[in-house]
Amino acid sequence: MTTARAAVAAVVDPEIRVITIEELGILRSVEEEPDTGRVVVTITPTYTGCPAMEVIRADIRRALAAAGHPQAEVRTVYTPPWSTDWITEAGRAKLARAGIAPPGPVRPTGPVPLTLTVRCPWCGSPETEQISHFGSTACKALRRCRSCTEPFDHLKAL
Amino acid sequence: MTAHAEQTTPLAVQATPPTRQAAPGTVTNRVGFVLGLADDALVAAQRLAQWCTHGPEMEEDIALSNIALDQLGAARLLLTYAGEMEGAGRDEDALAYQRDDREFRNCLLVELPNGDFAVTMAKLLFLAAYQVPLYTALAGCGDERLAAIGAKARKESAYHLDHASLWVRRLGDGTDESHRRMQAAVDEVWPYTHELLAPDPTAPVDPATLRVDFDSAVSGVLAEATLTVPETSWTPDGGRNGVHTEHLSYLLAELQVLHRAHPGASW
Repeated sequence: MTTARAAVAAVVDPEIRVITIEELGILRSVEEEPDTGRVVVTITPTYTGCPAMEVIRADIRRALAAAGHPQAEVRTVYTPPWSTDWITEAGRAKLARAGIAPPGPVRPTGPVPLTLTVRCPWCGSPETEQISHFGSTACKALRRCRSCTEPFDHLKAL
Repeated sequence: MTAHAEQTTPLAVQATPPTRQAAPGTVTNRVGFVLGLADDALVAAQRLAQWCTHGPEMEEDIALSNIALDQLGAARLLLTYAGEMEGAGRDEDALAYQRDDREFRNCLLVELPNGDFAVTMAKLLFLAAYQVPLYTALAGCGDERLAAIGAKARKESAYHLDHASLWVRRLGDGTDESHRRMQAAVDEVWPYTHELLAPDPTAPVDPATLRVDFDSAVSGVLAEATLTVPETSWTPDGGRNGVHTEHLSYLLAELQVLHRAHPGASW
């Protein structure tokens, strides 16, 4: 039987299907009650309005049921707020391989300055420009590479 | 619906708002404050979503929809919390779908029509210049729930402020025509900013304390955009007491029609 932790950690993000929720840093804890076998999973959203949360909750329950843990509860917490700094190194590498430029380190509070060097995930060139602050999902911006001319997503530092 | 049809000045609210009865610091008072923030976010989300498939370019269409989604996310958390504090068994859906316009506590700014793209950007600039310091202050307030919501929403609002600032600079410092329309938009919407910063010393965060940050953000962007900060003339308000422009009723009709026709519908 797969452990509850391993089953939940393997759930992939429904909108960026190359990365698991653990690598994305939104999985906060998995606790199994010894007496009942009931599993309590705690997750946090990337963005408050992220529409993928419903799907993620359902996927977690399904994964747990398949791993022999039919009794599961998924809790959502908002504090401390998710940060792109929580994306693991393995997660960043997977994003880049999928053509999504990983986020840089988060800066302190205040206005968000323009990111100066986001490398093209396709050709590696630093000569890229932002097309739009907001991309295909709330957590991504849209950029274009001036060297290879390919457009690409960039996971915004948050 | 109790829309205000009589208007002598465009978008003016003529009725005398009822005074808030709750004693300082009471739960009722705090519910009203949280409901105000929730309704700001909910109504702003609905207005911004109206740009979906109507944006001037595809990237902007996506951007405005994303910002609407952020506002909706904050609205859901705030509505849920307001409902729990109220203790009358109303959840986020009951509060969003089953209140009439006089029960909404949003500021008038967010319910104003989208106008042209410049008006939408002026509205977003002022809203974000208010929400960023507001959420930042909430993140450090004594109410744990509000602090958590503030810490989360602050980061998203920073992107909204950045986005609106970018467009206001681009349009204001663009062609003669874009400059003219951006200034006209700022002039039109400016009076409604005063309601955002009206003093409320009993609130978890007194909006009047946000004035310095608001002014510095807005004046900086307008100066770079070669635009003029308007003179303060009239200062319409009433939204925090449930006295709105007629525009809110139409917006709510669209927002609520499905739920009112089919209570509890989901898909």
